[in-house]
Amino acid sequence: MPLDSKTTGFKYIGTRPDRPDGIDKVTGKARYGADAYASGMLHGVMVRSPHAHAKIKKIDASKALALKGVKAVVTRADFPTGLEGEDWNIQENCMAGEVALYDGHAVAAVAATSLLLAREAAKLIEVEYEVLPHVTDVDEAMKPGAPAIRAGAADYSVPEGLHPNVMRYIEYGHGDLDAGFAAADLVMENTYKTEAAHQGYIEPHACLAQLGSDGKGEMWVCTQGHWFIRRMSAAVLGIDVANLRVTPSEIGGGFGGKTTVFVEPVALALSRKAGKPVKMVMTRSEVLRATGPTSSSSIDVKMGMKKDGTMTAAKVTMRMQGGAFPMAPIDSALDCAFSCYNIPAVHHEGYDVLANRPKQAAYRAPGSPMAAFATESLVDEMCRALKLDPLKTRLKNASREGTKASFGPTFPRIGLVETLEAALAHPHYAAPLGPNQGRGVASGYWMNWGGETSVSAALGEDGSVTVSVGTPDIGGSRASMALMAAEALGIPYENVRVNVVDTGSLGVNEPTHGSRATYATGLATIEAVKQISTKLCQRAADKWGIPAEAVIWEDGCAKPSGPNAGEFPPLAIGELAAEMGGTGGPISGHFEATPSGHGGSFGTHIVDVEVDPETGYTSVLRYTVVQDAGKAIHPAYVEGQFQGGAAQGIGWALNEEYIYGADGRLQNTVFLDYRIPVASDLPMIDTVIVEVPNPGHPYGVRGVGETGITPPLPAVANAVHAAAGVRLRSLPMSPPRILAAIKAKG
Amino acid sequence: MRYHTPATFEDASAIAVAASGVTRFLAGGTDVLVQMRADIVTPDDLIDIKHIPGVKDIVQEDDMCWSIGAAVAGAELTAHEGLCADWPGVIEGMGLVGSTQVQGRATLIGNLCNGSPAADSVPALAAAGAEVSVVGPKGTRQVKVADIPAGPGRTTLAKGEVISGIYLPPRGKGGGDAYLRFIPRTEMDIAVVGCAVNLRVEGDKITEACVVLGAVAPTIVVVEDAAKALIGSTLDAKALDALAAAASAACRPINDKRGTIAFRTDVAGVLARRAAKIAYDRARGAK
Amino acid sequence: MTQIHVTTTVNGDEVEFLADPRETLLDCLRDKLGMTGAKEGCGTGDCGACSVTVDGRLVCSCLVLGVEAEGKKIETVEGMAEGEKLHPLQRKFIEHAALQCGICTPGILVAAKALLAQNPDPTEEEARYWLAGNLCRCTGYDKIIRAVLDAAAEMREGV
Repeated sequence: MPLDSKTTGFKYIGTRPDRPDGIDKVTGKARYGADAYASGMLHGVMVRSPHAHAKIKKIDASKALALKGVKAVVTRADFPTGLEGEDWNIQENCMAGEVALYDGHAVAAVAATSLLLAREAAKLIEVEYEVLPHVTDVDEAMKPGAPAIRAGAADYSVPEGLHPNVMRYIEYGHGDLDAGFAAADLVMENTYKTEAAHQGYIEPHACLAQLGSDGKGEMWVCTQGHWFIRRMSAAVLGIDVANLRVTPSEIGGGFGGKTTVFVEPVALALSRKAGKPVKMVMTRSEVLRATGPTSSSSIDVKMGMKKDGTMTAAKVTMRMQGGAFPMAPIDSALDCAFSCYNIPAVHHEGYDVLANRPKQAAYRAPGSPMAAFATESLVDEMCRALKLDPLKTRLKNASREGTKASFGPTFPRIGLVETLEAALAHPHYAAPLGPNQGRGVASGYWMNWGGETSVSAALGEDGSVTVSVGTPDIGGSRASMALMAAEALGIPYENVRVNVVDTGSLGVNEPTHGSRATYATGLATIEAVKQISTKLCQRAADKWGIPAEAVIWEDGCAKPSGPNAGEFPPLAIGELAAEMGGTGGPISGHFEATPSGHGGSFGTHIVDVEVDPETGYTSVLRYTVVQDAGKAIHPAYVEGQFQGGAAQGIGWALNEEYIYGADGRLQNTVFLDYRIPVASDLPMIDTVIVEVPNPGHPYGVRGVGETGITPPLPAVANAVHAAAGVRLRSLPMSPPRILAAIKAKG
Repeated sequence: MRYHTPATFEDASAIAVAASGVTRFLAGGTDVLVQMRADIVTPDDLIDIKHIPGVKDIVQEDDMCWSIGAAVAGAELTAHEGLCADWPGVIEGMGLVGSTQVQGRATLIGNLCNGSPAADSVPALAAAGAEVSVVGPKGTRQVKVADIPAGPGRTTLAKGEVISGIYLPPRGKGGGDAYLRFIPRTEMDIAVVGCAVNLRVEGDKITEACVVLGAVAPTIVVVEDAAKALIGSTLDAKALDALAAAASAACRPINDKRGTIAFRTDVAGVLARRAAKIAYDRARGAK
Repeated sequence: MTQIHVTTTVNGDEVEFLADPRETLLDCLRDKLGMTGAKEGCGTGDCGACSVTVDGRLVCSCLVLGVEAEGKKIETVEGMAEGEKLHPLQRKFIEHAALQCGICTPGILVAAKALLAQNPDPTEEEARYWLAGNLCRCTGYDKIIRAVLDAAAEMREGV
């Protein structure tokens, strides 16, 4: 795609204006998923399996239906049969069929005139189960004798002789591994484990759904991507996508977890049955039990290194469970495992395994944090063994433009070297440490994403511009889009209004995921508004009686340009807009594409911790994030992404985990026990924005959302090692584990 | 669910006695409402005691004993200078319960009656020798705080009995107390181990001591050997070692989602040392 | 179930509603009074998204029953701005980009206002501990704390 690239001399890009939706969000006016009401609305409540694995023998809803005010009950029998592939998986996850596959799996739902009544009715729905043996650990799930969760569902990639819980197998690499290890002065191999972590968005899933017997429906939903919700809901219910109009609410966090459906098709089914709108809002314990956390993983990594730090070969084997459904992110985990390094020989192997846990969902750089925990911990262990500086060693081996990536292609212009150099030069890296304190560093990568994108822009009669986008604003993206539109048109930021519109208003848009919104929606916004300026140049040319080629657009004005243009005073956008009705009619721009020029983002983090040697308690003292943004459109929100990713990574490293009892039930279903970092757990999080422009975006944007969660897991582990002298190879590094390691060391 | 707002504790007790189903008394509600929401308990009768006169009062009696009403919230205790000066350990314990928001509602008596072995205010109350008055169908009785817990989620209160107030003894000369707990974060957690130490000194010598552990057994544990290790000492290294050993030895913990047996046992000793040092410093500073 | 008539004051205005005694103050604010500022993030007092003040005391409205509001004075985020004039905290949150998704923002603003009412010059640590019951998953708290301290400074200067 020909791009009129511009990476310097910006007027609006790089400034920090107030976000357009700021006032709504600080006054409580902004409407989120649970903030919608409709007349005659019913409330839907789910009935969920209390067993990790159980055959559903009978569901009797007669007592619930006998309650006055109960309007509908649905079970799997109310959904169409014959779905295949991922559609079937989604349907099965939204409502169990013959077998409940995890603690919290939905088995029925009820709609009633009040929430209290619906909750009461849900308790009266009698479900008879035959409890089956279960397995929740990925390594256990692969062992002979483990209960087969969906025998025969494995795909063609799985070699013979593996447990039927192994759904997919991946193997790839390049170079001569044996020669690489032979050339090394030190070869180390270790096994690492990470526990599942939840995205932990503060807003539970919520929707307000209406579906008629004619198959026409409307839905209000908190989601990262309403076209995904539309397609999945339509598939689960067997209706046409065009008949379902989905409007996104403001979204209270997603981090990847709100790119799929859970309650939405069920609310639609209840609505169809009851003939009334149905609102469903998850409780926090439903969110933790039944929406997608990450996969848990078990990883073997082996690496060869010369005395001077040169990496000679590396091998990784990842085993990930993604719940009772395939598609644990082994692919992206493997791709990210060695992506930071130029290693002559690499080998990757991955196992996608079923377990009796909720279906995993994307979580910020899916798979990459686990891979980084293993690789970057091992690199640190090797640097310790060889007495090498961990940042300089990374720099020595760093991937750069022209490096053959560990996952195959050759890297274009990338910014890892720049982040490492900035980290090395940062005062944090040289700051003194006290007793029981230690410093850790780690790098990380995420490839980012383009994806289907459709944006429209329309010129108002006064020269202001409305931009319609399809990617929900989770972290200030309206501001970024408005900045890019303002820059491209040369009009003030305040004169651009960005709306996130419903599925009926644009072509398909992928969700705000893959760090794609600022890149892809931004690119489409720039292209769409440029069509407006092109049309305005034409109108000016017509007015002046000169060819359109002789008119340029500059600073919000059409100006004659070139030897044959003649002398005319510039025509400002407002003047042209005011008369557009008489000069050819309304003016708008539209751009749609699946842009593929997204550029990967590398980051390097530095963290200082103090470990209490008597309790194993770790406090994070200082934290610095250095990451390549390509170009920071609104630097404050770029910093926010860096800081938020670091905080989530710190939580995952230290205290967040899914804890299953021997009965296979989730034990920590509230925020009291699912321990995300609170304000007093964290220091200020320093940020350094590195800008190595992405050639695939007009202004050089790389996505910044995801990379930041990747380095903290190993960086904290490396810092704990430095502080306490113990190496934790299992997450989370909770105090009991650290204290046990300290005691074991003696 | 029926909601009652009795005007006296006798009426509150009578409602509970007459009730046939599940009954809960409501003060701060920070446990009751959570249990209602989680479908753990849905009371048939909810008896709100906050309309009873005096439940919000903190009074120092003529004998210097502190009398605290049943509905006094944590934030009100923390803001009370006199109480904080006399019983800083008790107030610290209560202050650790939940967030600022929870402190706006949660009460000492609620923390006690919830029956959690990990309740943060209970070890320090017990170490202080606090008592509660219990109003029931047979009249009113005074009970030591240490005698209320009966096991996880259970108390020794009989049907229809309600706690109307709590009493902290006069602090007297040379006294100091402290409470420490271990949690994996800085805030917003349930104690994995808790330890309260209350002691009195004459000069540098400890003359009285009480050490109480939380979250290491089905109820709080009053560790007499730990107190013995302190009494007569000047909190020297030997006394601290004996204290820690006694505290660890008294643990009868379980492995659960919040901690392991080994961790709780070790950390009980660590916290006992640390709490004793704070209490000792306070006691000497107060003389 | 019998509903109970409740008269209370919300942001200075007297309001009335009928509440089932099982309904929380949060349920009543949202479903009976149509107010969207207080959010339910957990329903168990762990996240602070439903923070309001009752008679000046900061609480989680999910841990207060609607019937307990009788005769009380409730303040919510909807009462922070005076007409079109934002409270300094609201302004500073926008200026510092202290919100990303914004779902925790109303609760944090109410909690921060309660902090500054009793401590006009909090340290970073005091602000962090006061706000420990307000979970934010987007920001890592950095910009939130900066916004609170900056608003406190501005309010002290009486700008």
